[in-house]
Amino acid sequence: MNIIVVGLSHKTAPVEIREKVAFAPTAMAEPLRQMLALPAISEAVIVSTCNRVELYAVSRNPDAAVFELKQFLAGFHQLQLDDLNEHLYTFEGQDAIRHVMRVSASLDSMVIGEPQILGQIKTAYGYASEHKSSGLILNRFLHKAFSVAKRVRTETEIASSAVSVSFAAVELARKIFDTLEDKVVMLIGAGEMCELAAKHFMNNGISKVLVTNRTFARAEKLADEFGGTAVSFDNFREQLHRVDIVLSSTGAPDYVLSADKMKEVIKARRHKPMFLIDIAVPRDIDPLANRIDGVYLYDVDDLQGVVQANLKGREKEAAKAEKIIEEEIIQFQRWLSTLEVKPTIVALRQQMEEIRQAELQKTLSSLNGLNDKERKAVEAMASAIVNKILHQPTNILKKSQDGNDGDLYIDAVRTLFALPESTGSNAAAELDDN
Amino acid sequence: MSAMTLLFNLTMLVYLLATVLYLVAMIGKHPLAGRISRWVLVAGVLLHAGSFAVRHSSAGGTPVTSLHESLSFFAWCLILLFLLLDLRFRLSVMGAFASPLALLLMIGSALSPAVVVPLDPMLKTWLFPVHISFAFLGNAAFALAFGAGVMYLIQDRMLKSKRFTGIYQLLPSLNTLDKVNNTCLNFGFPLMTLGIISGAVWANTVWGTYWSWDPKETWALITWLVYAALLHGRMTVGWRGRKAAIFSIIGFLLLLFSFLGVNLLVNGQHTFKVFTEL
Repeated sequence: MNIIVVGLSHKTAPVEIREKVAFAPTAMAEPLRQMLALPAISEAVIVSTCNRVELYAVSRNPDAAVFELKQFLAGFHQLQLDDLNEHLYTFEGQDAIRHVMRVSASLDSMVIGEPQILGQIKTAYGYASEHKSSGLILNRFLHKAFSVAKRVRTETEIASSAVSVSFAAVELARKIFDTLEDKVVMLIGAGEMCELAAKHFMNNGISKVLVTNRTFARAEKLADEFGGTAVSFDNFREQLHRVDIVLSSTGAPDYVLSADKMKEVIKARRHKPMFLIDIAVPRDIDPLANRIDGVYLYDVDDLQGVVQANLKGREKEAAKAEKIIEEEIIQFQRWLSTLEVKPTIVALRQQMEEIRQAELQKTLSSLNGLNDKERKAVEAMASAIVNKILHQPTNILKKSQDGNDGDLYIDAVRTLFALPESTGSNAAAELDDN
Repeated sequence: MSAMTLLFNLTMLVYLLATVLYLVAMIGKHPLAGRISRWVLVAGVLLHAGSFAVRHSSAGGTPVTSLHESLSFFAWCLILLFLLLDLRFRLSVMGAFASPLALLLMIGSALSPAVVVPLDPMLKTWLFPVHISFAFLGNAAFALAFGAGVMYLIQDRMLKSKRFTGIYQLLPSLNTLDKVNNTCLNFGFPLMTLGIISGAVWANTVWGTYWSWDPKETWALITWLVYAALLHGRMTVGWRGRKAAIFSIIGFLLLLFSFLGVNLLVNGQHTFKVFTEL
């Protein structure tokens, strides 16, 4: 049984290609059905995000499966496989396991450690189980991948630092003010980045927003959007003393806020600290304001610097995460190898043989005065019983491998007879030695 | 080993354990270690109280007369106040400051002569325990304010310079540190004031004068004035943050000097018994 991955991501394909092969989340039934119908494939999951499209499958015949999956991906989107092929990667077996675990743990993301990807894969798995296209192996495998992602998240600090300018700003504000709940934000000007940052602040507890703009109508519109208050540009400075966080991004060629003004403001608010975020280029706030006690001024470069430092930190943590994944691959493969027919039959026989031996010994030692012939007969009977009992299950197990639900039988046998996981792989190794 | 030394050594060991646990919590980022060390400190404070009880019965009075006893009592007050503060602010980082400091005080205490000196009849009055309890609890509060102040300055420096080192992640927000500083000041100042007043009243009953400009009294007064200035600044013009942190640091350094420096360098009424006899 082999896990197979065919797909492309931001690392191998530009957005023009990615958008062509994306699957619509509202219509997953059909592609899943078609994929499952491919002859070499027994289980199917489709992951489709803006950064990657990946097909996860299970097959006994990896080469055929890879070919069919590629055909399917191109065919479904009415593309020529030749155009698509250079962007596609394929993984089998251990490499496929590693790849999916790395993707789930956000090690393969554009921004390492970003949290969305795990949710996206969970959603993809949700579609697959809803349409019953995933089975024993992918079910167990994806749950494993989710738990590995969780382990990576809790045991490393891969996601503990902000890696976007807006998040970095919120994080810094927390470092100054602790809670943001009762804080007031003022937006000066209306840049896109400024709005984005304001949204992040609102998502993190800020409820009071003041907006000012040279065009008062724009200030009003934006204030409406945030449920805040518009302030006229002529006297926004008079409101500053009740503002804790300033987000500035006007197109003004000169400073909108001087250091002297900030000195006054800080005094007026009894030295309560202020966090000034100047996203404008050229800058809006005199950099000298950062020297005032209690004023923390960050411009775009400062915030980028924080983000860069955090990203570096994440890369360090990623190395720890890779180690965790290598551990988990070994564990998962141990389980996977027990799903092979041969080792399962060997393990089953071995167990029966042990029972036969034990019972024979018990019986023979209590029966005194048996002659050799009688003894042989008892032993032969025990063997015959074991063989007869095992005959039908063995046959079914062997035959089941031609169909697509063979793993279910193997799993059932292993569960019913409580075959230990390790015996399978050991037995398989012994078989290979012979 | 007598019960007294046994309890003392056990306390020291427990403070050492708490220190290690807090460092593990900080450096290894195991919050569980921080929660455990909180309870370890609770055990430490109780053991420590036990050691004082034993000492009290063998000295026949308040056992805070020698340097050995004073340092140990200071450590006890420090941990007690830290635990109270921790109830309110949940500050493992402060624990990583308070427990090593307490451990250091205990080591200092262990290194100074531990003989139980029979109490001077002059010290056998209810005013003596009141005086030293207020004084040392005040000291402990100011020690914690000092810790919060140092952390504030480090954090402020990093936020201003935009260069962040590993310790950045561990520090609480500026606002929290300032609140801790304020709380400690609000506790410490009245305690210190009461300590000085009770001392003066006691001096009057013993020597017939409230204030004799003994070097320790003078330095304590200077320290008191620094904290009074800070409290006044906080209440009237809204001093806070960096300024408050700097004041707490200066105040505590003065306090350390009046506690240790004066005793070791100058002679006066407050000189520890054992040393004058040596």
